[in-house]
Amino acid sequence: MSIENLIWLIPLPPLLAFFLIILFTNKWKGLSHTIGVSAAGLSFIGSMIVFFSAIQVEHFGEGEHIFASSINWLPTGEGFFKIGVLIDPFSAVTLFFVAITIFMIFLYSVGYQNYGQPKGDHDHMGLPPHGATIVDEHGHSHAVLSVEPMYSRFFAFLGLFAFGMYTLVVSDNLLTLFVGWEIMGLCSYLLIGFWFAKPSARDAAIKAFLTTRVGDVFMLLGLAYLYSVTGTLNYRDIFYNAEVMHHLSETITPIFGLSTAGLIGLLLFIGTIGKSAQWPLHIWLPDAMEGPTPVSAMIHAATMVSAGVYMAIRIFPLLTAGWHGHELTPTMTFVAFIGTFTAIFSATIALAQNDIKKVLAYSTISQLGFMIAAVGIGAYVAAAFHLITHAFFKALLFLGSGSVIHGMEHGILHTGNHSVDPQDMKNMGGLRKKMPITFWTFLIGGLALSGFPVVTAGFWSKDEILADAFGHGQWVVFITLAVAAFMTAFYTMRQITMTFLGEPRTKEAEHAHETTWTMTTPLVVLAFFAVTFGWIGVPEHFPGLGGVLPNWFHHFVSGTLLEHPESVEFSWIPLGTSLFVALGGLTLGWFVYKDYKAGQPDPLENPFGKLYPVLQNKWYFDELYSATFYRLADWISGVFTPFMDQVVIDGILHFFARSTGVIGNTLRDKFDKPIINELIGDGTAALVQKGQVLKYLQTGRVQSYLFGTVSAFIVIAALLYYFF
Amino acid sequence: MQFPVISIIVFAPLVAAIIMLLMKEEAKNEIRVVALTTAVFDLILSAWVYFQVYMNPTMEYQFVEKVDWLPALGISYHVGVDGISTPLVLLTGIVMFTGVLISWGIDDRPREFFAFMFLLAGGVFGVFVSLDLFLLFFFYEIAVFPMYLLISIWGWKVTREYAAMKLTLYLFLGSVFALVGALAMYFTNYQLNGVLTFDMLEIEKAGFSAQFQYIWFLPVFFGFAILGGIFPFHNWSPDGHVAAPTAVSMFHAGVLMKLGAFAALRVGIMLLPEGAKQWAWLVFGFAMVNVVYGAFIAFIQKDMKYVIGFSSVSHMGLVALGFSTLTADGITGASLQMFSHGIMTALFFAATGMVYDRAHTRQIPELGGMVKYLPWVAITFIIGALVSMGMPGFSGFVAEFPIFMGVWQVSPIAAIIASISIVITAAYILLVVRKVFYGEVPEHFEGHITPISILDKIALATLVIFMVALGTMPFLMVPMVQEGVNNVLRILGGA
Amino acid sequence: MDFLNTHLLTTILFFPVLTAMIVWILPSDQVKAIRWTAFGGSLIAFIFSVYLWMNFDPNLAGYQFEEQYIWYEAIHSTFHVGIDGLSLTMVILTTLLTPLAILASFGIVDRVKAYMMLFLFLETGMLGVFLAADLIIFFVFWEIGLVPMYFLINQWGNPKGERELWGGIKISSRNYASLKFMVYTMAGSLGLLLAIQLLGVLFRNYDLVYLTQRWTSLDPNGTLMGVSTATVKTIVFWAFVIAFALKVPVWPFHTWLPDAHTEAPTAGSMILAGVLLKLGAYGFLRLVLPLFPEQSAQYAGWMAFLATMAIVFGAFAAYGQTDFKKLVAYSSVNHMGFVLLGIAAAATKIGTEDATIALNGAVLQMFNHGLSAAGMFFLVGVIYERTHTRNLEDFGGLFPLVPVYGGILIFTSMASLGLPGLNGFVSEFLVVRGSFPLLPIYTSIAIIGLFFTGAYILKGIRKVLHGPLNEHWAHGEHKLTEINLREIIVMAPLMALMLYIGIWPTGLLDVINKAMSALF
Repeated sequence: MSIENLIWLIPLPPLLAFFLIILFTNKWKGLSHTIGVSAAGLSFIGSMIVFFSAIQVEHFGEGEHIFASSINWLPTGEGFFKIGVLIDPFSAVTLFFVAITIFMIFLYSVGYQNYGQPKGDHDHMGLPPHGATIVDEHGHSHAVLSVEPMYSRFFAFLGLFAFGMYTLVVSDNLLTLFVGWEIMGLCSYLLIGFWFAKPSARDAAIKAFLTTRVGDVFMLLGLAYLYSVTGTLNYRDIFYNAEVMHHLSETITPIFGLSTAGLIGLLLFIGTIGKSAQWPLHIWLPDAMEGPTPVSAMIHAATMVSAGVYMAIRIFPLLTAGWHGHELTPTMTFVAFIGTFTAIFSATIALAQNDIKKVLAYSTISQLGFMIAAVGIGAYVAAAFHLITHAFFKALLFLGSGSVIHGMEHGILHTGNHSVDPQDMKNMGGLRKKMPITFWTFLIGGLALSGFPVVTAGFWSKDEILADAFGHGQWVVFITLAVAAFMTAFYTMRQITMTFLGEPRTKEAEHAHETTWTMTTPLVVLAFFAVTFGWIGVPEHFPGLGGVLPNWFHHFVSGTLLEHPESVEFSWIPLGTSLFVALGGLTLGWFVYKDYKAGQPDPLENPFGKLYPVLQNKWYFDELYSATFYRLADWISGVFTPFMDQVVIDGILHFFARSTGVIGNTLRDKFDKPIINELIGDGTAALVQKGQVLKYLQTGRVQSYLFGTVSAFIVIAALLYYFF
Repeated sequence: MQFPVISIIVFAPLVAAIIMLLMKEEAKNEIRVVALTTAVFDLILSAWVYFQVYMNPTMEYQFVEKVDWLPALGISYHVGVDGISTPLVLLTGIVMFTGVLISWGIDDRPREFFAFMFLLAGGVFGVFVSLDLFLLFFFYEIAVFPMYLLISIWGWKVTREYAAMKLTLYLFLGSVFALVGALAMYFTNYQLNGVLTFDMLEIEKAGFSAQFQYIWFLPVFFGFAILGGIFPFHNWSPDGHVAAPTAVSMFHAGVLMKLGAFAALRVGIMLLPEGAKQWAWLVFGFAMVNVVYGAFIAFIQKDMKYVIGFSSVSHMGLVALGFSTLTADGITGASLQMFSHGIMTALFFAATGMVYDRAHTRQIPELGGMVKYLPWVAITFIIGALVSMGMPGFSGFVAEFPIFMGVWQVSPIAAIIASISIVITAAYILLVVRKVFYGEVPEHFEGHITPISILDKIALATLVIFMVALGTMPFLMVPMVQEGVNNVLRILGGA
Repeated sequence: MDFLNTHLLTTILFFPVLTAMIVWILPSDQVKAIRWTAFGGSLIAFIFSVYLWMNFDPNLAGYQFEEQYIWYEAIHSTFHVGIDGLSLTMVILTTLLTPLAILASFGIVDRVKAYMMLFLFLETGMLGVFLAADLIIFFVFWEIGLVPMYFLINQWGNPKGERELWGGIKISSRNYASLKFMVYTMAGSLGLLLAIQLLGVLFRNYDLVYLTQRWTSLDPNGTLMGVSTATVKTIVFWAFVIAFALKVPVWPFHTWLPDAHTEAPTAGSMILAGVLLKLGAYGFLRLVLPLFPEQSAQYAGWMAFLATMAIVFGAFAAYGQTDFKKLVAYSSVNHMGFVLLGIAAAATKIGTEDATIALNGAVLQMFNHGLSAAGMFFLVGVIYERTHTRNLEDFGGLFPLVPVYGGILIFTSMASLGLPGLNGFVSEFLVVRGSFPLLPIYTSIAIIGLFFTGAYILKGIRKVLHGPLNEHWAHGEHKLTEINLREIIVMAPLMALMLYIGIWPTGLLDVINKAMSALF
């Protein structure tokens, strides 16, 4: 089977799994997850085959050196809109990490959703499992975790999600990308709202769907625009096509004097803002942590959100149209600003969060900010690099946090004190002894996230972004990102310290224990990539290592587009900075939190003072939005439209109805009866009252009547004869 | 000489009337049987005539019979039918038949009742077929005066005397005016051509001066149009309807009003074409008033019969409107409308009568939920309603559409204004349907509403069939009407 | 068979009436027999139309399977029916939805015979409009379709509820709704009627092809009845537009729709939203654009404006509803707005590729909305039958009780939300793609309006399925029962089509595309 056909097949197994589970195997948990996991496995294998055959191709990505095939889809007048699959360097590497992470998710879920545990005593669909009690042979009853009531459904959703993600990656045009994009949107809605009976989860789901949809509608607008200008949405036909791009960048639109390319890029980029939770549309991602499991949270945070960045890199030529390597185009400035601002902004929030998942959520937003910023300053390879490394270590962290929460839940069930929040880091501490595997893997992930020098992947990718920012002379970006990186290191260490180091701060933490192999294996696998994946992207001129390992990633991915960006020349300043922020942040974090005791206020509260609550409340953005947009929408839909429909429009209709009646009455009472009737009719009434004529007529009915007629007849005849 | 089918149609009712008057008062059933037989007989004959004319529609009059009567005065018995009068003959047959059926139950002096009714019917037949002016008047009076008796004796106690008298005076005055006009033609024709004749085919050729026609058109046309309920002489008709017993209102609205319109066409327009052209604008204006004004007033009526009465005013307005356009479309439509409206309004009054006989009220607000007891009445009434709102697929649409096309050719504005009446009609007729036949049943009706007899059902069904047939298959009537209209147009063009 | 091939259209057209007649002679108490006869009849009509689809050749321009009979010589109107790609799509939709609607109304127990007969008449009325190739015939069926629907709403509508009018007059809301529906639509059609008469007076002929050719080739500088041709055309144009806009319905002529929908019986709403609204859009495509190319181009901006208003305010209004059925009803306003937007856009530059794409989108959207709206109304009906309330506040957390129903509801909602991979998206994308280059501003607003579509759809799901379970429905005599097999059978074909068209619209679009290219 040719590679092209294989690519077509990659997304299908999970979709099949979805339908199979939903329609048939719903009842049987084991069967369902078998189907789900094996489907993911198939896609994984397929992806790997594609990836490795891709990297063996010489000059992969250039000209015809790609895997692509397409078919007619929508008839448009004379021609057709084609859809198809495309694997070029960038999608190849994306496919690589997507396949791995998704497969890991499936595996992990089996354990996380407590497969094999008894049914809960009082579990309901739509609510998290409350645990079950079992009686062992000694007659002691133990509280144990209970299996998720909607276990099968969860795997169905995962399958649909996987389908969406694969579609997005393998598609060769922006429309099918959008299809996958939206399907994932639906899945995030379904998964965040998986425990739909919890109002918080339900609302979070809607919030996620609608907030991203804000971006989506603009993206759709951009698609329509791009399609109508170029007549296609195929990547290669547009981005890999010099004169199309030239045309796009030369024509000027009336809006802000942007070039067509710039405007379209901007519209599409708004889609990214929504999907990748960039400021100001970041609000949905933290709430998405309402999602039942770190798995779904991780789907959003580590995989789906990278779709936004993926597209941003895809449309890089549009964003940077008319850019010659020096000062940024308006569009790029906008992108860079959004990215940089988001990076620093959400880093500040992450400082003050206590929910283990929320911290990770905000760090995700901030890291995505890094990538967007990289795109904004024209360093898409760096962005791609960070995208992938981040995917690995953030996946690792989320799964780790899930494992932690799971461990905590053990403890809670053991003590039976359900008031304890298993996600609050305040209640943790000292878990390293209880959950060694989780601890070490989480540590690796944390170090990678904070860019611990040389060994971790995060260091290389983040360093490359900083180097690019510096190299392109983007001082503002450079400094802001550096500060953000510092904060990252700080809150990561804070998290690790509060969770694993020190002594247990609660009974529950004491009784936590390590989770099953299905959960720990993914951690190990991901940890491996979180470390090693960085080494394929070591800059040539890096002191010592440089040249030892070729900068394979840069070479490979830069084949995606026509002109290959040359890597920026080496400078000590960015390197020093990243070394300093990483190590400094880590150490500081450890110092501040190492002897944090239960019940204490957070060490940051005093130094931050009034700022602290602001950070805790995420700069009050939710409140701001609900005070403005939501209220406006409610007013229009609840007050204005009813008024318009029922009062104004129906009022006019009713007016016509009423006036008909009024006219009728007036005619009858004011005209017909008094005038018409009086003039011609009322003679009769008088006669009738007198009754004379009547009597007379009734005496000799017929004759008199005829007589009357005939006499009149003759009289008139005579007259006429006389006159004419 | 061929078989005098027309004369038989005309005189059968009269003969039957006399027979019935000779029969014994008590022999009610025998009388009814006689009545029914005659009615069926006439219906069959008129259907046969209709069929014959349908098979070969021509511009000429068919089944013509001519016998001298008073040669000295140029009065002859001259009858025949053309494309316009044939449907009306059929209409009369139908209404007569259904009328007998639904007044089967009349217990108060049925002998006289049926006798007068047949007298009326005979007169109506006569008018539709007369080709002699004097004959036409003769039948006209025969048709009109039993009306007075029928209403004043069998009518609704409250207003019957008033209504009967009002009706008589209107029609009497009208006929006198028309008569004067007729005589004027008679004598002027004598002056011009030296022949004393009432024969309309002769008078058509008289070649009256434009100025003469200009003077005499109005009295003749309006004299007859009064019976057609033209504004401002329409008031007798709703009052008459309300007072008249069911079968009589059926005749009254179904046939008698057509009599007026038809005579107005035959005598007014066809004998005085120039006058018609001169005065078309006036007729047009009054007819317009009829259409809209009638609809508006019907909209606010509370008494079912008044609603139907005024809707008849509105619909007959359309007939006059069609005539007054003097276009092929307009007159075709008007002729079809005469038939369609005749059937429809007969149905309305039949249904209303059935409701009234059982509920003893016609006040719409007091009625409700009749469909529960009288499903047939309800459904047929609804179909009538659809016809009256000009719903396509029913005869009303087929008739009104050409009328409007004619109006367009005269004055687009008028067409637009007149069309308002369609919506208003829809509104009030639907309101009547909803209130009378659906909704809550007033509890005092519980049990008092007896189902209708099989005869009633037959009557209703017959009427419905004709409305639907004409609506879905206009080609069953249109060709012959067109021929009749061509004849009119020939005269209008020729004069 | 030979007869069938030569009279296929009339067979399809009048088969429901024939079935109605059979139903009529069945004894009223044989409810089962009546139901199945009605269902079978409409199903056979569907089979015929599938046969039609099979034998239809999309590559031919103009009408196929034409039949012409003498009808009304006096006004030179003939009973002339024919079919092309556009009407074929609509015929399939109609004949598909009617059996489903009849199946959906097996729950009706009151006067089943009358109900079924009205339904079958309704089908013929709708089919007639799509098949008519003669203006009068078009109008005949156009109006006749109102009658059965009027009685369906008025008689089998929701008996509860009162509507307060001016001066404290109260009438039961189903009467209000039905009367509003009937009279308002008739009033809207007045202009159409008059315009048709005018055309007839001018050309003495009602054959669509002939009329189009004559009417469009009138000398624009000449005069008609003393008024300049241009003016007359403009007036006639608006007469047509208003009549059709009322049916679509386009803001601000839409207020009859929520009332009619809320009061109509479930199956009634299915057909009302599924097919009746399409009549209006079909009128635009079949009559307005071909007859008035210049005027359409000239006033496309206005039409687009109304369409956009319909999209935006439709969405807002839907979001503001607490009545589930009203919510869905307003969603129809919102969705049909896209149809008109596509038409308006196409009107600006008839014949260009963009225009064709927009029209493809519009027609496909008509079809898609037919599926999803029918589905949504049915699902509302399913839950209403069980709970006897449509108030969203009374539901909540029902998902665990009715997982299958919940799944179906979410699926259908997503289709109507325009989720990629389901039918709604394809058509909406085509519409915006076609409209954007022609009417950028309005299209942009419309696309942004899509956001609120999402908002109200999710609100519906949120209120019904999600959130804490409303214990009232959990047990006792109020216990909510799962959707039954018959109801699933009603939904299955709809859902299958939604998915199929969403993934592979090519087949259907090909027919539409060719028809649009041929028509314009």
